[in-house]
Amino acid sequence: MTLLEVKDLSISFLHYAKGSRRDKTNVVDGLDLEVHEGEIVAVVGASGSGKSLLAHAVMGILPKNVLVSGDVSYKGERLDAARLKRYRGTEIALVPQSVAFLDPLMKVGEQLHAPADGREQAAERRTLFQKLKLSRQTEKLFPFQLSGGMARKVLFSTAAVARTRLIIADEPTPGMHESDVREALARFKSLAEKGCGVLLITHDIEAALRIADRIAVFYAGTAVEIARAEDFSGSGEQLRHPYTKALWRALPQNGFEPLKGAGQASGPAVELGCPFGSCCGSATGRCAEGKPEPRELRGGWVRCVHAS
Amino acid sequence: MLRLIAGFIGKKAIRLLTLLAAVSVISFALVNASPVDPVQAYIGADVMRVGPEQRAEIAAYWGLDRPFPERFLKWANALLHGDMGTSMIYREPVVKVIGERFLSSVWLMALAWTFSGVIGFAAGIAAAMRKDSWIDRLIKGFCYTLASTPAFWIGLLLMMLFSVWLGWLPVGLSVPAGVLADEVILLDRLRHLILPAVTLSVAGIAPIALHTRQKLADVLESDYILFARARGVSGLALIRRHGLRNIALPALTLQFASFGELFGGAVLAEQVFSYPGLGQATVEAGLRGDVPLLMGLVLCSTLFVFTGNTLADFLYRIVDPRMRAGKGMIR
Repeated sequence: MTLLEVKDLSISFLHYAKGSRRDKTNVVDGLDLEVHEGEIVAVVGASGSGKSLLAHAVMGILPKNVLVSGDVSYKGERLDAARLKRYRGTEIALVPQSVAFLDPLMKVGEQLHAPADGREQAAERRTLFQKLKLSRQTEKLFPFQLSGGMARKVLFSTAAVARTRLIIADEPTPGMHESDVREALARFKSLAEKGCGVLLITHDIEAALRIADRIAVFYAGTAVEIARAEDFSGSGEQLRHPYTKALWRALPQNGFEPLKGAGQASGPAVELGCPFGSCCGSATGRCAEGKPEPRELRGGWVRCVHAS
Repeated sequence: MLRLIAGFIGKKAIRLLTLLAAVSVISFALVNASPVDPVQAYIGADVMRVGPEQRAEIAAYWGLDRPFPERFLKWANALLHGDMGTSMIYREPVVKVIGERFLSSVWLMALAWTFSGVIGFAAGIAAAMRKDSWIDRLIKGFCYTLASTPAFWIGLLLMMLFSVWLGWLPVGLSVPAGVLADEVILLDRLRHLILPAVTLSVAGIAPIALHTRQKLADVLESDYILFARARGVSGLALIRRHGLRNIALPALTLQFASFGELFGGAVLAEQVFSYPGLGQATVEAGLRGDVPLLMGLVLCSTLFVFTGNTLADFLYRIVDPRMRAGKGMIR
């Protein structure tokens, strides 16, 4: 069953330019994405490519000066304000990236217990704490007293209760030690095995490949390619988009080729043609004519006119 | 924890003692250098009937003919033995004068302090919750106006409006004139207290409201509010659960740290409404060169302001769990 369906999602910021002219900056542009039950979909892209905004848009917690268009559906129903209110924090859960997302003046135990939680969730969380090797004492600590590892476990435990169907994990492995990364990823994998859909947002393509079923590659605010995890192999012949291929070959074990266009193109060129066009080795005149529409290709999706 | 508090109090006590000593010396020197002649001020209208010999006698009686260091040491010595001297203008022991005055002032200040705290805090929260709306602009505008208006001028306006034109409230004093002390009822005292208290609290509302507004607005934009919203907390529950917790301490700290302004404001408000409190006594003592009373008042107000600041420090350093845990931060 399809849990999350994002269709043609665009997010733009309104800000005042010179004088009273209002400018619009597109951050996410025409994004399509699906997450099914028991599936892990990784969204991979450089910092500033709009990945976190996608998470916030799904949760309905974008700031006020942001324009959103397109559709976000959950279990086939449009996620409007009323449905968001029903599902947010119950069936749909966000796992944030750092301890800064916890109230600094509230003890962990008190904080974990959201207003929507009942006794059942409290009991579940106690078992979960034991499983995660967090002592009972942890509940009495303030966030600033948590170590990095404890904090991530605590953040994970906010979401990992039985009623959660869809988990959106925003950068769950930033700058972590290898063994910690493996541990954190294994936790999400185990949730997916129980039937949860997981949207894993990360800039770490290697981490994503280890557990994800499908990978959405983000570039300049949109998914340029959605590939199966097994497509990332060899020298990337199975991959569809030039950016994905470049990303794959930039990894140390795959040739370590410098990545062009990592700085995210923007400006008029982006508005008109393929956003990757200026950095793409195989760009032709057709690439500048218009934005490539997403098309299905070999069991995935790609936004490139040349891909075959 | 207990050791921490004991250390805190110990260090503060040492600071208080050195502060009081410094304030004593400086105030005494300032009064000494002031152009006000206490004898002249004491004699007042009887100036024609008092000859130079009598003046010298009065000065000698008060010890005004002695050199400055000797007078200071004599005063300080008496103070250390618990004797603050006798007020020249009231001809009563300084302790008694201050005690009586303090009692009427403390009600005025407590009322104003509570008013300004509660109203300012509530206004700040309302403004932050509806940031950039008309209610926010109204509260902000009101606060800027209040902050740039002298308290005594507001006092005069209030007096003109409620006492002179409308006649609802008395013009001044703390009890009705011409009524025996036994016959004064609580309601009379309260009626006399309203205008000075309102005047004094008005001055305190703006800082606390603007500060609370800014602090809550920052909190509402923080990551932890974002996450709380993502977990299904919304509306007033969000303010109650995460907002108040994070703004209460700074607001209380600010409120306690405002004891100095409170005392300063009381001097003006009491003067405008002829309210017989500490502030008015301070003005009298200063204008008429009543050294023992003035010194007593200076020490008393130093203690008062110091207490407020210490409470603010205490809240900030010991009640906040982050500061409590980071023990190294307590100096």
